[in-house]
Amino acid sequence: MHFFSFLAAFLLALRISRAIKFTALHQKWRMILRISAGVPILLFIIFNERLSDDGVLIVAGIYLLLFIEYLKKQEDFKSFTVLLNAHYPLVAAGIISGIVGVTFDSFYEKWESFFVCAQLAAFSWIFLRLSTSKKQQQELRRINERKDELEAMVAARTAEITQQKNELQETVKELQATQAQLIQQEKLASLGELTAGIAHEIQNPLNFVNNFSEVSMELIEEMEEEMAKGDMEEANAIAADIKQNLEKIRHHGKRADGIVKGMLQHSRASSNIKEPTNLNTIADEYFRLAYHGLRAKDKSFNAELVANLDPNLPLINIVPQDVGRVLLNMFTNAFYAVHQKQKTVGGDFKPRVEVSTKVIGKEVEVIVRDNGSGIPDAIKDKIMQPFFTTKPAGEGTGLGLSLSYDIIVKAHKGHINIESKEGEGTAFIITLPLS
Amino acid sequence: MKILVVDDEADVQPLFLQRFRKEIRSHEVEFDFAQSGEEALNYLKEKHQEVVLILSDINMPGMSGIELLTHIREDFPTPPPPVVMMITAYGDAENYKQAMDKGADDFLTKPLDFNLLKEKLKTL
Repeated sequence: MHFFSFLAAFLLALRISRAIKFTALHQKWRMILRISAGVPILLFIIFNERLSDDGVLIVAGIYLLLFIEYLKKQEDFKSFTVLLNAHYPLVAAGIISGIVGVTFDSFYEKWESFFVCAQLAAFSWIFLRLSTSKKQQQELRRINERKDELEAMVAARTAEITQQKNELQETVKELQATQAQLIQQEKLASLGELTAGIAHEIQNPLNFVNNFSEVSMELIEEMEEEMAKGDMEEANAIAADIKQNLEKIRHHGKRADGIVKGMLQHSRASSNIKEPTNLNTIADEYFRLAYHGLRAKDKSFNAELVANLDPNLPLINIVPQDVGRVLLNMFTNAFYAVHQKQKTVGGDFKPRVEVSTKVIGKEVEVIVRDNGSGIPDAIKDKIMQPFFTTKPAGEGTGLGLSLSYDIIVKAHKGHINIESKEGEGTAFIITLPLS
Repeated sequence: MKILVVDDEADVQPLFLQRFRKEIRSHEVEFDFAQSGEEALNYLKEKHQEVVLILSDINMPGMSGIELLTHIREDFPTPPPPVVMMITAYGDAENYKQAMDKGADDFLTKPLDFNLLKEKLKTL
Protein backbone atom coordinates (compact mmCIF):
# COMPACT_ATOMS: atom_id res chain seq x y z
CA MET A 1 0.00 0.00 0.00
CA HIS A 2 2.96 2.28 0.30
CA PHE A 3 2.91 3.28 -3.37
CA PHE A 4 -0.57 4.86 -3.30
CA SER A 5 0.73 8.40 -3.11
CA PHE A 6 3.10 7.84 -6.04
CA LEU A 7 0.30 6.23 -8.00
CA ALA A 8 -1.96 9.13 -7.19
CA ALA A 9 0.71 11.66 -8.28
CA PHE A 10 1.28 9.67 -11.49
CA LEU A 11 -2.44 9.47 -12.26
CA LEU A 12 -2.94 13.14 -11.42
CA ALA A 13 -0.24 14.17 -13.89
CA LEU A 14 -1.83 11.97 -16.58
CA ARG A 15 -5.30 13.20 -15.84
CA ILE A 16 -4.38 16.86 -16.04
CA SER A 17 -2.40 16.21 -19.19
CA ARG A 18 -5.44 14.55 -20.77
CA ALA A 19 -7.81 17.25 -19.60
CA ILE A 20 -5.83 20.05 -21.24
CA LYS A 21 -4.97 18.11 -24.36
CA PHE A 22 -7.14 20.16 -26.67
CA THR A 23 -6.67 23.52 -25.02
CA ALA A 24 -4.13 26.29 -25.35
CA LEU A 25 -2.41 25.09 -22.17
CA HIS A 26 -1.35 21.84 -23.77
CA GLN A 27 1.74 23.16 -25.50
CA LYS A 28 3.00 24.99 -22.44
CA TRP A 29 2.57 22.17 -19.90
CA ARG A 30 3.12 19.05 -22.01
CA MET A 31 6.73 18.45 -21.04
CA ILE A 32 6.37 19.34 -17.36
CA LEU A 33 3.37 17.03 -16.95
CA ARG A 34 5.10 14.23 -18.78
CA ILE A 35 8.06 14.57 -16.44
CA SER A 36 5.68 14.83 -13.45
CA ALA A 37 4.17 11.50 -14.49
CA GLY A 38 7.64 9.92 -14.75
CA VAL A 39 9.05 11.23 -11.50
CA PRO A 40 6.81 9.11 -9.12
CA ILE A 41 7.77 5.91 -11.01
CA LEU A 42 11.42 6.84 -10.84
CA LEU A 43 11.22 7.73 -7.15
CA PHE A 44 9.38 4.48 -6.39
CA ILE A 45 12.07 2.42 -8.13
CA ILE A 46 14.82 4.31 -6.30
CA PHE A 47 13.35 4.26 -2.78
CA ASN A 48 11.54 0.92 -2.82
CA GLU A 49 14.88 -0.88 -2.71
CA ARG A 50 16.55 1.41 -0.21
CA LEU A 51 13.90 2.34 2.31
CA SER A 52 11.38 0.44 4.39
CA ASP A 53 7.74 0.57 3.30
CA ASP A 54 7.11 3.24 5.92
CA GLY A 55 9.96 5.36 4.54
CA VAL A 56 8.57 5.11 1.03
CA LEU A 57 5.16 6.13 2.42
CA ILE A 58 6.62 9.32 3.87
CA VAL A 59 8.64 10.20 0.76
CA ALA A 60 5.67 9.48 -1.52
CA GLY A 61 3.40 11.55 0.75
CA ILE A 62 5.82 14.48 0.75
CA TYR A 63 6.28 14.27 -3.01
CA LEU A 64 2.54 14.23 -3.59
CA LEU A 65 2.11 17.19 -1.24
CA LEU A 66 4.80 19.21 -3.04
CA PHE A 67 3.34 18.29 -6.41
CA ILE A 68 -0.13 19.40 -5.37
CA GLU A 69 1.14 22.63 -3.83
CA TYR A 70 3.12 23.36 -7.00
CA LEU A 71 0.08 22.81 -9.22
CA LYS A 72 -2.12 24.88 -6.93
CA LYS A 73 0.22 27.85 -7.34
CA GLN A 74 -0.31 27.79 -11.13
CA GLU A 75 -3.01 30.12 -12.45
CA ASP A 76 -3.56 27.77 -15.37
CA PHE A 77 -4.84 24.95 -13.10
CA LYS A 78 -7.36 26.99 -11.08
CA SER A 79 -10.15 24.83 -12.48
CA PHE A 80 -8.54 21.68 -11.00
CA THR A 81 -8.60 22.96 -7.39
CA VAL A 82 -11.33 20.53 -6.31
CA LEU A 83 -9.41 17.59 -7.71
CA LEU A 84 -6.16 18.76 -6.14
CA ASN A 85 -7.77 19.25 -2.73
CA ALA A 86 -9.11 15.72 -2.92
CA HIS A 87 -5.50 14.49 -2.58
CA TYR A 88 -4.89 15.97 0.87
CA PRO A 89 -6.49 13.06 2.79
CA LEU A 90 -4.15 10.66 1.00
CA VAL A 91 -1.14 12.90 1.73
CA ALA A 92 -2.14 13.01 5.42
CA ALA A 93 -2.92 9.29 5.62
CA GLY A 94 0.36 8.36 3.90
CA ILE A 95 2.64 10.62 5.93
CA ILE A 96 0.93 9.83 9.28
CA SER A 97 1.01 6.10 8.56
CA GLY A 98 4.68 6.36 7.56
CA ILE A 99 5.69 8.36 10.65
CA VAL A 100 3.72 6.07 12.98
CA GLY A 101 5.28 3.03 11.26
CA VAL A 102 8.78 4.41 11.74
CA THR A 103 8.39 5.61 15.31
CA PHE A 104 5.90 3.18 16.94
CA ASP A 105 6.47 0.03 15.06
CA SER A 106 4.59 -2.22 17.52
CA PHE A 107 1.63 0.13 17.65
CA TYR A 108 1.58 0.23 13.89
CA GLU A 109 1.76 -3.58 13.68
CA LYS A 110 -1.25 -3.80 15.96
CA TRP A 111 -3.31 -1.23 14.02
CA GLU A 112 -1.91 -1.92 10.57
CA SER A 113 -5.24 -2.83 9.05
CA PHE A 114 -6.70 0.48 10.26
CA PHE A 115 -3.85 2.48 8.64
CA VAL A 116 -4.19 0.51 5.44
CA CYS A 117 -7.91 1.10 5.42
CA ALA A 118 -7.35 4.81 6.00
CA GLN A 119 -4.96 4.97 3.01
CA LEU A 120 -7.36 2.96 0.85
CA ALA A 121 -10.23 5.15 1.85
CA ALA A 122 -8.18 8.30 1.16
CA PHE A 123 -7.14 6.88 -2.24
CA SER A 124 -10.73 5.96 -3.10
CA TRP A 125 -11.82 9.42 -1.98
CA ILE A 126 -9.81 10.94 -4.84
CA PHE A 127 -11.77 8.89 -7.39
CA LEU A 128 -15.04 9.55 -5.69
CA ARG A 129 -14.32 13.27 -5.78
CA LEU A 130 -13.14 12.94 -9.35
CA SER A 131 -16.34 11.32 -10.54
CA THR A 132 -18.54 13.83 -8.74
CA SER A 133 -16.43 16.74 -9.92
CA LYS A 134 -16.60 15.36 -13.45
CA LYS A 135 -20.36 15.39 -13.18
CA GLN A 136 -20.25 18.85 -11.72
CA GLN A 137 -17.96 20.01 -14.50
CA GLN A 138 -20.26 18.51 -17.09
CA GLU A 139 -23.15 20.22 -15.41
CA LEU A 140 -21.15 23.42 -15.26
CA ARG A 141 -20.24 23.12 -18.90
CA ARG A 142 -23.86 22.58 -19.79
CA ILE A 143 -24.85 25.57 -17.73
CA ASN A 144 -22.14 27.65 -19.34
CA GLU A 145 -23.24 26.60 -22.78
CA ARG A 146 -26.82 27.44 -21.90
CA LYS A 147 -25.63 30.74 -20.45
CA ASP A 148 -23.76 31.60 -23.65
CA GLU A 149 -26.78 30.64 -25.63
CA LEU A 150 -29.00 32.84 -23.47
CA GLU A 151 -26.54 35.70 -23.64
CA ALA A 152 -26.47 35.44 -27.41
CA MET A 153 -30.26 35.48 -27.42
CA VAL A 154 -30.34 38.47 -25.07
CA ALA A 155 -27.82 40.32 -27.23
CA ALA A 156 -29.83 39.57 -30.36
CA ARG A 157 -33.03 40.66 -28.65
CA THR A 158 -31.39 43.82 -27.32
CA ALA A 159 -30.14 44.71 -30.78
CA GLU A 160 -33.62 44.09 -32.12
CA ILE A 161 -35.23 46.25 -29.45
CA THR A 162 -32.71 49.05 -29.98
CA GLN A 163 -33.48 48.99 -33.66
CA GLN A 164 -37.19 49.01 -32.97
CA LYS A 165 -36.74 51.91 -30.59
CA ASN A 166 -34.87 53.88 -33.25
CA GLU A 167 -37.50 53.06 -35.80
CA LEU A 168 -40.22 54.15 -33.40
CA GLN A 169 -38.45 57.41 -32.71
CA GLU A 170 -38.26 58.01 -36.44
CA THR A 171 -41.94 57.20 -36.74
CA VAL A 172 -42.84 59.57 -33.92
CA LYS A 173 -40.92 62.33 -35.67
CA GLU A 174 -42.70 61.58 -38.93
CA LEU A 175 -46.03 61.52 -37.12
CA GLN A 176 -45.36 64.88 -35.54
CA ALA A 177 -44.53 66.34 -38.92
CA THR A 178 -47.64 64.75 -40.40
CA GLN A 179 -49.75 66.06 -37.54
CA ALA A 180 -48.52 69.59 -38.18
CA GLN A 181 -49.34 69.14 -41.86
CA LEU A 182 -52.77 67.76 -41.05
CA ILE A 183 -53.58 70.69 -38.81
CA GLN A 184 -52.63 73.02 -41.64
CA GLN A 185 -54.73 70.94 -44.04
CA GLU A 186 -57.67 71.03 -41.68
CA LYS A 187 -57.37 74.82 -41.62
CA LEU A 188 -57.27 74.89 -45.42
CA ALA A 189 -60.18 72.45 -45.62
CA SER A 190 -62.31 74.65 -43.41
CA LEU A 191 -61.18 77.62 -45.47
CA GLY A 192 -62.42 75.73 -48.53
CA GLU A 193 -65.77 75.25 -46.83
CA LEU A 194 -65.79 78.94 -46.10
CA THR A 195 -64.87 80.16 -49.56
CA ALA A 196 -68.40 80.21 -50.89
CA GLY A 197 -69.65 81.80 -47.69
CA ILE A 198 -66.92 84.37 -47.85
CA ALA A 199 -67.66 85.13 -51.50
CA HIS A 200 -71.31 85.64 -50.63
CA GLU A 201 -70.49 87.72 -47.57
CA ILE A 202 -68.15 89.95 -49.52
CA GLN A 203 -70.41 90.20 -52.57
CA ASN A 204 -73.25 91.65 -50.50
CA PRO A 205 -71.36 94.62 -49.05
CA LEU A 206 -69.66 95.20 -52.40
CA ASN A 207 -73.06 95.37 -54.09
CA PHE A 208 -74.11 97.97 -51.57
CA VAL A 209 -70.92 99.95 -52.08
CA ASN A 210 -71.48 99.94 -55.84
CA ASN A 211 -75.19 100.65 -55.62
CA PHE A 212 -74.95 103.43 -53.07
CA SER A 213 -72.13 105.19 -54.91
CA GLU A 214 -74.03 104.95 -58.23
CA VAL A 215 -77.24 106.24 -56.72
CA SER A 216 -75.32 109.02 -54.99
CA MET A 217 -73.99 110.21 -58.33
CA GLU A 218 -77.54 110.33 -59.67
CA LEU A 219 -78.65 112.17 -56.55
CA ILE A 220 -75.97 114.80 -57.01
CA GLU A 221 -77.23 115.46 -60.54
CA GLU A 222 -80.76 115.73 -59.19
CA MET A 223 -79.60 118.02 -56.43
CA GLU A 224 -77.98 120.30 -58.98
CA GLU A 225 -81.24 120.35 -60.93
CA GLU A 226 -83.20 121.22 -57.77
CA MET A 227 -80.73 123.97 -56.92
CA ALA A 228 -81.00 125.36 -60.43
CA LYS A 229 -84.78 125.41 -59.94
CA GLY A 230 -84.22 127.12 -56.61
CA ASP A 231 -85.89 124.36 -54.56
CA MET A 232 -83.41 124.51 -51.72
CA GLU A 233 -85.57 122.40 -49.42
CA GLU A 234 -85.51 119.48 -51.82
CA ALA A 235 -81.81 120.03 -52.53
CA ASN A 236 -81.08 119.84 -48.80
CA ALA A 237 -83.13 116.67 -48.47
CA ILE A 238 -81.14 115.11 -51.30
CA ALA A 239 -77.87 116.23 -49.68
CA ALA A 240 -78.94 114.51 -46.44
CA ASP A 241 -79.61 111.34 -48.43
CA ILE A 242 -76.18 111.55 -50.06
CA LYS A 243 -74.54 111.94 -46.69
CA GLN A 244 -76.42 108.91 -45.44
CA ASN A 245 -75.34 106.97 -48.51
CA LEU A 246 -71.70 107.82 -47.96
CA GLU A 247 -72.01 106.46 -44.45
CA LYS A 248 -73.53 103.29 -45.85
CA ILE A 249 -70.69 102.96 -48.36
CA ARG A 250 -68.22 103.30 -45.53
CA HIS A 251 -70.12 100.80 -43.39
CA HIS A 252 -70.27 98.14 -46.10
CA GLY A 253 -66.68 98.79 -47.13
CA LYS A 254 -65.61 98.09 -43.57
CA ARG A 255 -67.81 95.01 -43.48
CA ALA A 256 -66.00 93.56 -46.50
CA ASP A 257 -62.69 94.61 -45.02
CA GLY A 258 -63.47 92.75 -41.80
CA ILE A 259 -64.39 89.60 -43.70
CA VAL A 260 -61.18 89.63 -45.70
CA LYS A 261 -59.17 90.21 -42.53
CA GLY A 262 -60.98 87.37 -40.81
CA MET A 263 -60.30 85.09 -43.75
CA LEU A 264 -56.60 85.94 -43.70
CA GLN A 265 -56.50 85.37 -39.98
CA HIS A 266 -58.15 82.02 -40.39
CA SER A 267 -55.69 80.71 -42.95
CA ARG A 268 -52.63 82.16 -41.27
CA ALA A 269 -50.65 79.89 -38.95
CA SER A 270 -51.81 80.73 -35.48
CA SER A 271 -49.70 83.28 -33.65
CA ASN A 272 -50.89 81.84 -30.33
CA ILE A 273 -51.05 85.32 -28.90
CA LYS A 274 -54.03 85.95 -26.68
CA GLU A 275 -55.64 89.33 -27.02
CA PRO A 276 -58.75 90.96 -25.60
CA THR A 277 -61.45 89.87 -28.00
CA ASN A 278 -65.14 90.42 -28.51
CA LEU A 279 -66.45 86.89 -28.67
CA ASN A 280 -69.82 88.04 -29.99
CA THR A 281 -68.24 89.52 -33.12
CA ILE A 282 -66.39 86.30 -33.86
CA ALA A 283 -69.43 84.14 -33.16
CA ASP A 284 -71.67 86.26 -35.41
CA GLU A 285 -69.13 86.40 -38.24
CA TYR A 286 -68.43 82.67 -38.36
CA PHE A 287 -72.11 81.82 -37.86
CA ARG A 288 -72.97 83.55 -41.12
CA LEU A 289 -69.89 82.31 -42.96
CA ALA A 290 -70.61 78.70 -42.02
CA TYR A 291 -74.23 79.05 -43.09
CA HIS A 292 -73.47 80.59 -46.44
CA GLY A 293 -70.65 78.11 -46.96
CA LEU A 294 -73.08 75.21 -46.71
CA ARG A 295 -75.80 77.10 -48.57
CA ALA A 296 -73.47 77.62 -51.51
CA LYS A 297 -72.70 73.93 -51.67
CA ASP A 298 -76.28 72.75 -51.40
CA LYS A 299 -78.89 75.22 -52.61
CA SER A 300 -81.79 73.23 -51.20
CA PHE A 301 -80.48 73.81 -47.70
CA ASN A 302 -82.00 76.36 -45.42
CA ALA A 303 -82.05 76.91 -41.72
CA GLU A 304 -83.29 79.37 -39.18
CA LEU A 305 -80.34 81.20 -37.67
CA VAL A 306 -80.85 82.42 -34.12
CA ALA A 307 -78.22 84.47 -32.33
CA ASN A 308 -78.73 85.27 -28.65
CA LEU A 309 -75.56 87.19 -27.93
CA ASP A 310 -75.17 88.79 -24.52
CA PRO A 311 -74.57 92.51 -25.23
CA ASN A 312 -72.84 92.88 -21.84
CA LEU A 313 -70.16 90.33 -22.67
CA PRO A 314 -66.78 91.73 -21.62
CA LEU A 315 -63.70 91.35 -23.83
CA ILE A 316 -61.92 88.12 -23.01
CA ASN A 317 -58.33 87.10 -23.53
CA ILE A 318 -58.25 84.50 -26.29
CA VAL A 319 -56.42 83.67 -29.52
CA PRO A 320 -59.15 84.99 -31.83
CA GLN A 321 -58.42 82.91 -34.92
CA ASP A 322 -58.17 79.70 -32.88
CA VAL A 323 -61.44 80.20 -31.01
CA GLY A 324 -62.96 81.35 -34.30
CA ARG A 325 -61.89 78.06 -35.83
CA VAL A 326 -63.56 76.16 -32.99
CA LEU A 327 -66.81 78.06 -33.44
CA LEU A 328 -66.68 77.59 -37.20
CA ASN A 329 -66.26 73.88 -36.63
CA MET A 330 -69.22 73.76 -34.23
CA PHE A 331 -71.42 75.74 -36.62
CA THR A 332 -70.44 73.60 -39.59
CA ASN A 333 -71.26 70.49 -37.58
CA ALA A 334 -74.59 71.95 -36.46
CA PHE A 335 -75.60 72.88 -40.00
CA TYR A 336 -74.48 69.47 -41.20
CA ALA A 337 -76.60 67.79 -38.52
CA VAL A 338 -79.78 69.71 -39.33
CA HIS A 339 -79.17 69.19 -43.01
CA GLN A 340 -78.83 65.43 -42.52
CA LYS A 341 -82.09 65.40 -40.55
CA GLN A 342 -83.80 67.49 -43.23
CA LYS A 343 -82.75 64.95 -45.84
CA THR A 344 -84.16 62.00 -43.87
CA VAL A 345 -87.25 63.58 -42.27
CA GLY A 346 -87.93 66.14 -45.00
CA GLY A 347 -91.29 67.93 -45.22
CA ASP A 348 -92.26 69.68 -42.04
CA PHE A 349 -88.87 69.72 -40.33
CA LYS A 350 -87.67 73.24 -39.61
CA PRO A 351 -83.88 73.27 -39.31
CA ARG A 352 -82.74 75.61 -36.58
CA VAL A 353 -79.29 76.49 -35.33
CA GLU A 354 -78.78 78.79 -32.38
CA VAL A 355 -75.72 80.42 -30.91
CA SER A 356 -75.84 82.08 -27.53
CA THR A 357 -73.29 83.76 -25.30
CA LYS A 358 -73.56 84.73 -21.66
CA VAL A 359 -71.49 85.39 -18.58
CA ILE A 360 -71.83 82.86 -15.77
CA GLY A 361 -69.77 83.74 -12.71
CA LYS A 362 -66.17 83.95 -13.79
CA GLU A 363 -66.73 82.23 -17.10
CA VAL A 364 -68.18 82.92 -20.50
CA GLU A 365 -70.48 80.27 -21.89
CA VAL A 366 -71.01 79.82 -25.60
CA ILE A 367 -73.71 77.36 -26.65
CA VAL A 368 -74.13 76.12 -30.19
CA ARG A 369 -77.45 74.30 -30.33
CA ASP A 370 -79.10 72.56 -33.24
CA ASN A 371 -82.27 70.51 -33.67
CA GLY A 372 -80.53 68.09 -36.00
CA SER A 373 -79.94 64.37 -36.04
CA GLY A 374 -78.15 64.23 -32.67
CA ILE A 375 -75.21 62.07 -31.66
CA PRO A 376 -75.86 58.35 -31.10
CA ASP A 377 -74.77 57.20 -27.60
CA ALA A 378 -72.48 54.62 -29.17
CA ILE A 379 -70.15 57.22 -30.63
CA LYS A 380 -70.40 59.98 -27.99
CA ASP A 381 -67.09 58.97 -26.45
CA LYS A 382 -65.35 58.90 -29.79
CA ILE A 383 -66.26 62.18 -31.40
CA MET A 384 -63.36 64.06 -29.78
CA GLN A 385 -60.83 61.52 -31.02
CA PRO A 386 -58.59 62.55 -33.89
CA PHE A 387 -59.66 61.21 -37.30
CA PHE A 388 -63.08 60.14 -36.05
CA THR A 389 -65.73 61.28 -38.48
CA THR A 390 -69.20 60.18 -39.46
CA LYS A 391 -69.02 62.01 -42.75
CA PRO A 392 -68.44 60.07 -45.97
CA ALA A 393 -64.81 59.58 -46.96
CA GLY A 394 -63.30 62.75 -48.34
CA GLU A 395 -65.83 65.08 -46.72
CA GLY A 396 -64.42 65.33 -43.24
CA THR A 397 -60.90 65.17 -41.88
CA GLY A 398 -62.05 63.94 -38.47
CA LEU A 399 -59.81 66.54 -36.89
CA GLY A 400 -62.30 69.35 -36.28
CA LEU A 401 -63.45 68.43 -32.78
CA SER A 402 -60.11 67.02 -31.77
CA LEU A 403 -58.46 70.34 -32.64
CA SER A 404 -61.30 72.20 -30.94
CA TYR A 405 -60.62 70.23 -27.78
CA ASP A 406 -56.93 71.12 -27.94
CA ILE A 407 -57.71 74.79 -28.46
CA ILE A 408 -60.40 75.18 -25.80
CA VAL A 409 -59.24 72.77 -23.10
CA LYS A 410 -55.47 72.73 -23.47
CA ALA A 411 -54.69 76.21 -24.75
CA HIS A 412 -57.47 78.24 -23.11
CA LYS A 413 -58.13 76.22 -19.93
CA GLY A 414 -61.80 76.01 -20.83
CA HIS A 415 -64.28 73.14 -21.20
CA ILE A 416 -66.34 71.57 -23.94
CA ASN A 417 -69.50 69.76 -22.86
CA ILE A 418 -71.91 67.99 -25.13
CA GLU A 419 -75.61 67.46 -24.61
CA SER A 420 -77.20 65.39 -27.28
CA LYS A 421 -80.25 63.27 -27.89
CA GLU A 422 -80.36 61.12 -30.94
CA GLY A 423 -82.98 62.45 -33.34
CA GLU A 424 -83.62 65.59 -31.27
CA GLY A 425 -80.49 67.63 -31.52
CA THR A 426 -77.18 68.57 -30.00
CA ALA A 427 -75.77 71.37 -27.89
CA PHE A 428 -72.06 72.06 -27.67
CA ILE A 429 -71.35 74.09 -24.56
CA ILE A 430 -68.01 75.89 -24.52
CA THR A 431 -66.91 77.63 -21.35
CA LEU A 432 -63.92 79.96 -21.29
CA PRO A 433 -62.46 81.62 -18.20
CA LEU A 434 -63.02 85.41 -18.06
CA SER A 435 -59.48 86.17 -17.01
CA MET B 1 -98.27 100.46 -58.31
CA LYS B 2 -97.40 98.93 -54.97
CA ILE B 3 -94.21 96.87 -54.79
CA LEU B 4 -93.18 94.64 -51.85
CA VAL B 5 -89.42 94.08 -51.49
CA VAL B 6 -88.38 91.12 -49.34
CA ASP B 7 -84.72 91.03 -48.27
CA ASP B 8 -83.00 90.34 -44.96
CA GLU B 9 -80.53 93.15 -45.62
CA ALA B 10 -82.09 96.33 -44.21
CA ASP B 11 -79.99 98.59 -46.43
CA VAL B 12 -81.86 97.60 -49.59
CA GLN B 13 -84.64 99.87 -48.33
CA PRO B 14 -82.90 103.25 -48.71
CA LEU B 15 -81.34 101.90 -51.90
CA PHE B 16 -84.71 101.22 -53.54
CA LEU B 17 -86.18 104.44 -52.21
CA GLN B 18 -83.34 106.47 -53.75
CA ARG B 19 -83.12 104.56 -57.00
CA PHE B 20 -86.84 105.08 -57.54
CA ARG B 21 -86.80 108.59 -56.11
CA LYS B 22 -88.37 110.22 -59.18
CA GLU B 23 -90.92 107.47 -59.68
CA ILE B 24 -91.95 107.65 -56.03
CA ARG B 25 -92.31 111.44 -56.16
CA SER B 26 -94.47 111.19 -59.24
CA HIS B 27 -96.48 108.41 -57.49
CA GLU B 28 -95.79 105.92 -60.24
CA VAL B 29 -94.63 103.39 -57.68
CA GLU B 30 -94.90 102.81 -53.97
CA PHE B 31 -92.62 100.58 -51.92
CA ASP B 32 -93.13 98.43 -48.87
CA PHE B 33 -90.48 96.24 -47.28
CA ALA B 34 -90.25 92.97 -45.39
CA GLN B 35 -87.06 91.54 -43.87
CA SER B 36 -88.08 87.90 -43.93
CA GLY B 37 -90.42 85.49 -45.65
CA GLU B 38 -92.55 85.25 -42.52
CA GLU B 39 -92.89 89.04 -42.33
CA ALA B 40 -93.78 89.16 -46.01
CA LEU B 41 -96.57 86.59 -45.59
CA ASN B 42 -98.04 88.50 -42.63
CA TYR B 43 -97.97 91.67 -44.69
CA LEU B 44 -99.62 89.94 -47.65
CA LYS B 45 -102.48 88.60 -45.51
CA GLU B 46 -103.60 92.22 -45.09
CA LYS B 47 -102.63 93.76 -48.37
CA HIS B 48 -102.27 91.13 -51.08
CA GLN B 49 -104.97 92.88 -53.08
CA GLU B 50 -102.93 96.07 -53.30
CA VAL B 51 -99.57 94.55 -54.08
CA VAL B 52 -98.85 94.26 -57.78
CA LEU B 53 -95.25 93.11 -57.66
CA ILE B 54 -93.20 91.18 -55.14
CA LEU B 55 -89.39 91.29 -55.37
CA SER B 56 -87.90 88.65 -53.12
CA ASP B 57 -84.39 87.62 -52.22
CA ILE B 58 -83.92 83.84 -52.26
CA ASN B 59 -81.18 83.43 -49.66
CA MET B 60 -82.64 84.49 -46.37
CA PRO B 61 -82.33 82.91 -42.96
CA GLY B 62 -85.49 81.08 -41.93
CA MET B 63 -88.03 80.93 -44.72
CA SER B 64 -86.22 81.10 -48.03
CA GLY B 65 -87.46 83.07 -51.01
CA ILE B 66 -88.44 79.84 -52.76
CA GLU B 67 -90.61 78.79 -49.81
CA LEU B 68 -92.16 82.24 -49.73
CA LEU B 69 -92.92 81.93 -53.44
CA THR B 70 -94.60 78.56 -52.87
CA HIS B 71 -96.72 80.03 -50.06
CA ILE B 72 -97.70 83.04 -52.19
CA ARG B 73 -98.83 80.80 -55.04
CA GLU B 74 -100.80 78.56 -52.67
CA ASP B 75 -102.30 81.21 -50.39
CA PHE B 76 -103.15 83.98 -52.85
CA PRO B 77 -104.36 82.39 -56.08
CA THR B 78 -107.23 84.86 -56.58
CA PRO B 79 -106.76 86.62 -59.90
CA PRO B 80 -104.90 88.65 -60.69
CA PRO B 81 -102.07 86.86 -58.82
CA PRO B 82 -99.17 89.17 -57.88
CA VAL B 83 -96.13 89.19 -60.14
CA VAL B 84 -93.20 87.64 -58.28
CA MET B 85 -89.59 88.27 -59.27
CA MET B 86 -86.85 86.34 -57.49
CA ILE B 87 -83.50 87.95 -56.75
CA THR B 88 -80.37 86.01 -55.89
CA ALA B 89 -76.61 86.28 -55.74
CA TYR B 90 -76.40 82.71 -57.02
CA GLY B 91 -77.51 83.12 -60.62
CA ASP B 92 -76.95 79.52 -61.68
CA ALA B 93 -79.19 77.36 -63.82
CA GLU B 94 -80.33 75.16 -60.96
CA ASN B 95 -81.49 78.12 -58.90
CA TYR B 96 -83.21 79.64 -61.93
CA LYS B 97 -85.03 76.40 -62.77
CA GLN B 98 -86.18 75.91 -59.19
CA ALA B 99 -87.57 79.46 -59.01
CA MET B 100 -89.36 79.18 -62.36
CA ASP B 101 -90.79 75.73 -61.48
CA LYS B 102 -92.25 77.13 -58.27
CA GLY B 103 -94.04 79.81 -60.26
CA ALA B 104 -91.75 82.84 -60.38
CA ASP B 105 -92.48 85.35 -63.16
CA ASP B 106 -88.88 86.50 -63.49
CA PHE B 107 -85.41 85.90 -62.13
CA LEU B 108 -82.90 88.65 -61.38
CA THR B 109 -79.34 88.38 -60.15
CA LYS B 110 -77.46 90.52 -57.65
CA PRO B 111 -76.01 93.08 -58.03
CA LEU B 112 -79.36 94.32 -59.17
CA ASP B 113 -79.42 96.25 -62.45
CA PHE B 114 -81.94 98.94 -61.57
CA ASN B 115 -82.21 100.24 -65.14
CA LEU B 116 -83.15 96.77 -66.31
CA LEU B 117 -85.66 96.52 -63.44
CA LYS B 118 -87.22 99.82 -64.46
CA GLU B 119 -87.56 98.58 -68.05
CA LYS B 120 -89.32 95.45 -66.80
CA LEU B 121 -91.70 97.54 -64.65
CA LYS B 122 -92.83 99.46 -67.71
CA THR B 123 -94.10 96.26 -69.32
CA LEU B 124 -96.24 95.31 -66.30
